Amino acid sequence: MDPLDEGVLRALVPRVLAGLVRRGEDFDLAEDALQTALVEALRVWPEHPPKNPRAWLTTVATRRLVDERRGANARHRREEVTFAQPAPTDTEEGDDTLFLLFCCCHPDLTPTSQVALTLRAVGGLTTREIADAFYVPEATMAQRISRAKRTLHGARLDRPGDLAVVLRVLYLVYSAGHGGRIDLAGQAIRLARQLTLATAEPEAHGLLALMLLNHARLPARLDAQGRIVPLDRQDRGRWDTRQIAEGVRVLQSALAAERPGRYQVEAAIAALHDDAASADETDWLQILAWYDDLVALTDDPVRQDPAAVLARAVAVGHVLGAAEGLRETDRLHDVLGERHRWYAVRGHLFELGGDLPAAATAYADAAHRATNIAERDHLVRQAARVRAAEPRESS
Amino acid sequence: MPKYLLLKHYRGGPEPYRAVPPLDEWAPADVEAHLAFQRNVDEWLQQNGGSVVDAQALTPARTWVRYGGPDAAPVITDGPLPETSDLVAGWFMVDAESHQHAVEFAAYVSSEPGPGGTPLYEWIDVREVMSAGPADD
Repeated sequence: MDPLDEGVLRALVPRVLAGLVRRGEDFDLAEDALQTALVEALRVWPEHPPKNPRAWLTTVATRRLVDERRGANARHRREEVTFAQPAPTDTEEGDDTLFLLFCCCHPDLTPTSQVALTLRAVGGLTTREIADAFYVPEATMAQRISRAKRTLHGARLDRPGDLAVVLRVLYLVYSAGHGGRIDLAGQAIRLARQLTLATAEPEAHGLLALMLLNHARLPARLDAQGRIVPLDRQDRGRWDTRQIAEGVRVLQSALAAERPGRYQVEAAIAALHDDAASADETDWLQILAWYDDLVALTDDPVRQDPAAVLARAVAVGHVLGAAEGLRETDRLHDVLGERHRWYAVRGHLFELGGDLPAAATAYADAAHRATNIAERDHLVRQAARVRAAEPRESS
Repeated sequence: MPKYLLLKHYRGGPEPYRAVPPLDEWAPADVEAHLAFQRNVDEWLQQNGGSVVDAQALTPARTWVRYGGPDAAPVITDGPLPETSDLVAGWFMVDAESHQHAVEFAAYVSSEPGPGGTPLYEWIDVREVMSAGPADD
């Protein structure tokens, strides 16, 4: 094990923290102490690599805790306790991760706090790195984290938490960003992988599969100038086949449990897209069947899961024709009628049906409502392209 | 170095020097040229002894909000507003050597390619940022 590898260092954080909390330290104080130890490790280890990185982190964090609370003279006694700990096993590693994820995804916390705390306490990122990933000042992120921990103060952390919340938080981390200095999508995949060591719950495996199957297409999603390339125009040779293979394997093991859920269904849809050698070979019939399953998961999908209904409308358009797809989007007008995605999907469907003027107007309406510059520029380009009535290159 | 705020507008300001249709109605090649210019616009300032501190774009959706009074919800309106009311589209916060320097950068921003690849001549609103501390003298 190379302790200088950042991945190794980060993976140690939840294990050390779980060890501290399990032996009775307060979560808040232990997490702070470990953060200090982590920053120290990043500084010191390149020159002086530790013999046992985990023990080093535990010792430094413990020393910090002891200094904080009981004064320096209790230090030696505590250190003896630390070194007397038995060596951990793999099962413990999974358990540690799950235990800490439940702490960080405590239902009393806001989603942004859950995300920040998870990245720090389980992901092993420093406050500065998390701040950079979300483009906020370090002081803002530090405040958010300490507020979150204050909320946890005194909360009982010994009961099993809500796995659904943990999955949602990991998916938020995944969706929050790609390609920054800290690759949040990569971090989310790493955490989801750790989570699947600790639980056989099919949705946890479904989430990991979904992330892998989407992440595999990342290299083709932007061109060299940073422009968005839509799925049907991506260079499929740039997709990461190793990640697709792993995603399919993980998904199959999840589906075998025959307890479907939304992450498994979404992963199955992603797998069908990944599986098509070209956009024209996409198996829309099967994709539509999975979307039928997805919208059946809620009682009132138009209100409760409009994103799924909107995505299904695209599949309907490809299977039953553009007019049918557009009719599906009509049902969403009251819920999503001010969102750029609603217009973008309609633009795609109008174009599919050959109504280029309506497509151009819909793309322009979408651009007008976009909240992301890359998406806005992409939608402007789509509008200009169909207005110029350039025939789409058929592949 | 003094700071200047350069504002781009969706509407408002002097009569446009060159009237153009919305970006999505331009020829695709003109859209590309325009967006490519925007991506690299800060290079001019870097090469000319200043820097862009921050540049952001705003969506056109706007909400006006005011205090509603004690125990009352905030009062919100989206209009009606005069047709000509300013609608800011985005800004550059720049470190420039002087007002003249900021004006030169604004002129460069305004030279962005429009339809047909020729300059857009867009009006840019240049504002000096007040410094917080007492003036040295």
